[in-house]
Amino acid sequence: MLHDALLIAGKDLRLELRSRVALNQVLPFALLVLVLFAFALDPDKSALTQATPGLYWIAVLFSALLALQRSFAIEAADGNRDALRLSGLDPAGIFVGKVLAVSVQLIVLEMLLGIGVAVLYTTRIEGWGLLIVTSVIATASIAAAGTLFGVLAAGLRVRETLLPLLLLPVLAPVLIGSTRAFEAALNGSPSEGWPWVGLMSVFALLYIVAGVLGFGPLLEES
Amino acid sequence: MVRLRGAVALLGRFPALAGVDLDVEPRRVVLLRGANGAGKTTLLRTLAGLVAVANGEATVLGVDLVADRKLVRHRVGLLGHATGLYDDLTVGDNVRFWGRAAGAETDDVEHALTRLGLDGRLRSVAVSRLSAGQRRRTSLACLIARRPELWLLDEPHAGLDQDGRDLVDALVREATAAGATVILSSHELDRSLQLADEVITIAGGIVTRDESSGAS
Repeated sequence: MLHDALLIAGKDLRLELRSRVALNQVLPFALLVLVLFAFALDPDKSALTQATPGLYWIAVLFSALLALQRSFAIEAADGNRDALRLSGLDPAGIFVGKVLAVSVQLIVLEMLLGIGVAVLYTTRIEGWGLLIVTSVIATASIAAAGTLFGVLAAGLRVRETLLPLLLLPVLAPVLIGSTRAFEAALNGSPSEGWPWVGLMSVFALLYIVAGVLGFGPLLEES
Repeated sequence: MVRLRGAVALLGRFPALAGVDLDVEPRRVVLLRGANGAGKTTLLRTLAGLVAVANGEATVLGVDLVADRKLVRHRVGLLGHATGLYDDLTVGDNVRFWGRAAGAETDDVEHALTRLGLDGRLRSVAVSRLSAGQRRRTSLACLIARRPELWLLDEPHAGLDQDGRDLVDALVREATAAGATVILSSHELDRSLQLADEVITIAGGIVTRDESSGAS
């Protein structure tokens, strides 16, 4: 499974390096969302400061939707899904590989968005340990759930609109947990954030196990 | 090698195969012929394990497709109407990826690129910049890098120039000489009849004529 996962992740990341969709479209979109939030809340600086963790994760979530749709759009083109089915690759390996590739892209995006938040919202970043662990677990959750629902929606003509409808409710606990953990880190009270990290870890595990088990049958049906 | 008895395959509610009987011996080249919509593509996709057999019996390479059609997939090579290529990757990247996915060694990948004439400048060209014929060659390179036991070729000559068509014929002969079996559909009857050991006519989702056995 590991060989197959690395093969898929390498292929997806090479595709991104060549096409630069995340760099040229997803990143500008995410920064634009941050800027618009800043415009909307600028008159009330305290509201902007208070809302920073939530705004950051909403921007990440919206951007993740684009990255996930791209991850399955490349498989929808010109018979690639059939070729994947015929390849002999382990479906669980395909799932893990896609999760890895999306996660790498999201982590880079999150780092750049973090810089954007620090500059635009004049946020002082503290609690690095909690921020990093939260980001890694939230990213894994978003990528795993998104990949699972992405393959579910992949074969449908309405996939672009269906994916957000399916995914956003499922990711609500992750959005809440990551926002609360970030609030705790930025407020200088990281101990209040770790229970949220624990909660998110449970959801991340749930999404990954569901994906490893369910991706194969869903790929067959898509 | 291939044995179908009353095989029925559905596309939605429509029986695209309506009770096919078929026997193919190892190392044979079988030509499927029939009008558009006769069921040739569905038959090839069924043999590849992509379309479920809803009724009847179907065994390919010793694998019972009714029980678990996924088990046969990595042993067949299907060249369909779609290329199965990633547009933003280069020719070399595509052949390497699909070859490695099937467990091919680097030598197999290099042989495939060389055999299809893709080992020069074309290796580094993105698939999106290729002509239709060059894409077809790249798909064929992906297929031969996998070293399949059963080749399923859907209109393999389509989109290729004279050299490309001759190359397809040579690859089919090499494959059977190496022990593989080939089932191909083609509207290029003159060319394909010279390749084929058997000719099967299909219409309305059933085999209407098998020239090797004389079955109706």
